Amino acid sequence: MRLLFVTVLALSLATFVGIGTTWMTATKGTDLGTLTIGSWTARPKTGTADIDPYSRATIVRNGELPIGTGDGVAFTTVSDDKKRPLDGRCDVVLSGVTPPARFWTLTLYDGKGHLVANALQRYGFTSQEIVRAADGSFEIHVASRSRSGNWLPTGGIERYQLMLRLYDTPVGVATRSQREAPMPAITTVGCPT
Amino acid sequence: MIRLALTIVAGVILGGIVHLVSVLALPRIASHDAYSRLTPMTELNAVTALPSADPSRSPMPFMDPAFAMAICRYDLSAGPLKLTVPVSQAYTSVSFYTRSEIAYYAINDRSAGKKVIELDLMTEAQHDDLPEDEEVTAADRLIIDSPSTTGLIVLKALAAEPGLMPQAQASLAAASCRTQTEPAPAKQAKR
Repeated sequence: MRLLFVTVLALSLATFVGIGTTWMTATKGTDLGTLTIGSWTARPKTGTADIDPYSRATIVRNGELPIGTGDGVAFTTVSDDKKRPLDGRCDVVLSGVTPPARFWTLTLYDGKGHLVANALQRYGFTSQEIVRAADGSFEIHVASRSRSGNWLPTGGIERYQLMLRLYDTPVGVATRSQREAPMPAITTVGCPT
Repeated sequence: MIRLALTIVAGVILGGIVHLVSVLALPRIASHDAYSRLTPMTELNAVTALPSADPSRSPMPFMDPAFAMAICRYDLSAGPLKLTVPVSQAYTSVSFYTRSEIAYYAINDRSAGKKVIELDLMTEAQHDDLPEDEEVTAADRLIIDSPSTTGLIVLKALAAEPGLMPQAQASLAAASCRTQTEPAPAKQAKR
């Protein structure tokens, strides 16, 4: 009787721990091979044959196709520079410069990686569409209500994520620091309370 | 008490094994991976244009809405594949994925250095069967080895502004991918 209890306890614990950790790593990801610059993170190795098993599991579970290294690299963020989660009801400003690349695209997704519907049918920007200052720097306003300049609508959803993809870029597996890849700053400037 | 502690330790160790096995097995057992999602809407060994990314209907998550996309779902069991992609005005890239979504090769218009990206895709066994002819292995013929017999080729063309999307789609519509019916090296060797 006691043996049975012990076996059942060990096996159920094993199932719980095993499946639980797998689910956690497949949904939230791991820090393996992660390049973090400001609040942006990228996993350049997911675009190569050297991809780690955890990223593979995440990609297969999401049903996405990772961007290939010969094509570009993708940076994502779910929070601003002060670690505050990106909120679609707030005004968020992206400003500064981007790493060297032939061009880039910025896209807003919901938590599951779907585009967010809005009246303007604007889901992101390409580097060629952006209105810039004389020195080449730019500001993008991510907000639910219309803004002058570069306005990226959030559709008012509570949580969103931004993805900045650099195409034909030297940034990749060998990149380590902000100096090689200066990413734009993200600031929450105001929230209606 | 010791027995209970041992049970918990055993459970956690077993749990670690379950975790490793399930992480490694996930790519094999997943049924909603990109390949499975694209299978019903794409033809085998032919280029199929994907509808542009849209909030209500996107075949995959995290698609870049600035791109026109087309898919060539391939099966090399009948022979090597020939891929021809004319380069669009803005930016064109071709990415190769195995059946389990490993991105094993990608090339863009600039690294291809030509007006048309031309590639031969074959398995390693088919590559080994090629006659060793110097003319055949000349630099103008780019051969890619596919680690798996089946997989996906993703063709992308940039629309730098939404208004340029029709142009990007039109340039991808001229792309082709098809099985080589007779061995191409024999033809080239005659020249």
